[in-house]
Amino acid sequence: MSTFDTQMSIQTRQLALRAGERTLLQGLDWEVGQGECWSIIGRNGAGKSTLLRTLAGLRAPDGGSVDIDGKPLASWKLEDLARRRAYLAQSRHDAFAYSVIETVLSARHPYHGNRYWEDSDDHAAAMQALAAMEVGHLAARDVRTLSGGERQRVAIAALLAQDTPLLLLDEPANALDLAHQVQVMGLLARLCRQQRKTVVMIGHDLTLAHGISSHALLLMGDGRWHAGPVADAMQATILSDYLGHPIETIEHGGRRIFIPLETNHG
Amino acid sequence: MHPVTAYPPRPLRQRAFLIVGALLLAALASLLVAGMTGSIAVAPSELPAALVQVLHGRTDSMAATLLQLRAGRALTAFVTGGALALAGVMMQALLRNPLADPYILGISAGASVGALLALLLMCAAATVDAAALGGAIAVAMLLYLFARRDMRSGAAAEGGTSMLLLTGVILSSSCMALVTLMLSIAPEGRLRSMVFWMIGDLAGAPLRPLPWIVLGAALLYALRSARAMNVVALHADSASTLGIRVGVLRKGLFFVSGLLTASAVTSAGSIGFIGLIIPHACRFAFGPDHRVLIPAAVLGGGSFLVLCDTLARTVVAPTQLPVGAITALIGAPVFLYQLHQLRK
Repeated sequence: MSTFDTQMSIQTRQLALRAGERTLLQGLDWEVGQGECWSIIGRNGAGKSTLLRTLAGLRAPDGGSVDIDGKPLASWKLEDLARRRAYLAQSRHDAFAYSVIETVLSARHPYHGNRYWEDSDDHAAAMQALAAMEVGHLAARDVRTLSGGERQRVAIAALLAQDTPLLLLDEPANALDLAHQVQVMGLLARLCRQQRKTVVMIGHDLTLAHGISSHALLLMGDGRWHAGPVADAMQATILSDYLGHPIETIEHGGRRIFIPLETNHG
Repeated sequence: MHPVTAYPPRPLRQRAFLIVGALLLAALASLLVAGMTGSIAVAPSELPAALVQVLHGRTDSMAATLLQLRAGRALTAFVTGGALALAGVMMQALLRNPLADPYILGISAGASVGALLALLLMCAAATVDAAALGGAIAVAMLLYLFARRDMRSGAAAEGGTSMLLLTGVILSSSCMALVTLMLSIAPEGRLRSMVFWMIGDLAGAPLRPLPWIVLGAALLYALRSARAMNVVALHADSASTLGIRVGVLRKGLFFVSGLLTASAVTSAGSIGFIGLIIPHACRFAFGPDHRVLIPAAVLGGGSFLVLCDTLARTVVAPTQLPVGAITALIGAPVFLYQLHQLRK
């Protein structure tokens, strides 16, 4: 494959997002390159999920444009796009008793063409993804009987089975226990560094985000934004400003730990 | 390249042929039972000869004549039951709600208004059917106008067909108000036929080709969309990130299930419960994968209504019960039992 085919990128030009009358984001000129791992950081309601849904093509921009691989998002065929980027929604509601393996197999839809049934390739990809998320033993379970954390890992497994160069994740660490938060973040970091995948994710744990991200995009929620490598964007002063709460950092064992200052109860 | 995995590949694919094959046999059996049962029974020993005669278009013997007479009604029951069950599967996938049924959006209530108005005005049977169809189409169009937004992808929020559901429920209850009004002013003589229409009755339903064409076309559409229906049932709006044109699929499901419902209620009145319990029972037995669920529901729904109709005309013979009363009497407890089993 030529480099042109595999090179993954996102560019936004003068992107604007609004929620009703409120401006969430204004004039975002942003570029994401292959192999980069971006964390989107901001307060509740700052427009993080709205931005991710826009990048996923689930809503139209309220101004400006989004290009994926140099081609306007709106001019992509959905089937082609489904093989370029995968999207993890913030929450899901299971209405029917599909099994875990069926849930993950459904993410292979973009590769099926007109076939009625999945192939053994699809089963292999699905089982591999389940194993990567340590939920292989749940393959036959009804998704409605899973715990929140198990369900989240199955959803991430489906994302992996979709096997795309770009991953958009809305709070992947949601509902996961400590060990699995670290495991998922480690997996995403490996995907970026070893397989040159591109990750854009939303998360609230600054320490975890700093550990794996190469870049960060901060959203203020009133139109303002700040994008850059973590060394620039994840400084305590800027983060304190964007999160509306004073934050301190300490260096420990080669890692940077982010600590919110306690409010004065006195 | 990949090693063979521990998980057996294509387990459902292999089961699918068994399931559909078994249900096909069950469908044939139900039609035979319907043909043999009645005020004058056809003995099993007479059956092969009589069947051969019917297939050759000759009805020399008593048995062959009986079979042919009953076949028309049994086949109408089959196509009606199959259509209602398929409409139920589609409506549940569209609304992502296993409690939805073909009548939930008021399409049958619209048909009732049309049919009852025609009955009230003492129209001919064909006019009643046409009025029922007109009522169903009118409600479907109104729904589409009001809830068009819900059928676009992305525009709605997560799981966002609530506007469609609410609009449908409201339209349905306003139609039912009109129905009640018509029933209360109807003269005694016409009340019985109106009530029978409401409950659903196959007694006067002629065998026509159109419902078969509608069911065949709808089945083809459903099978082609089965995989997409799985993805939408699982992922709601996010299905578009897997390459599904969610808006197009939702519109398709809405119109095709509406057409099926209109076709079914036009020939047999609003027979209840089939569109709810057959999809449920099939999901319970074979799993929620639409690639198996769709053919299973059509065959299961058809067979079930054939058997119910056979009961309806034999249980208290010579009096014929409306088949809708039987489906409700069987359907309600079966549904409750299933729900109870699920909770365990």
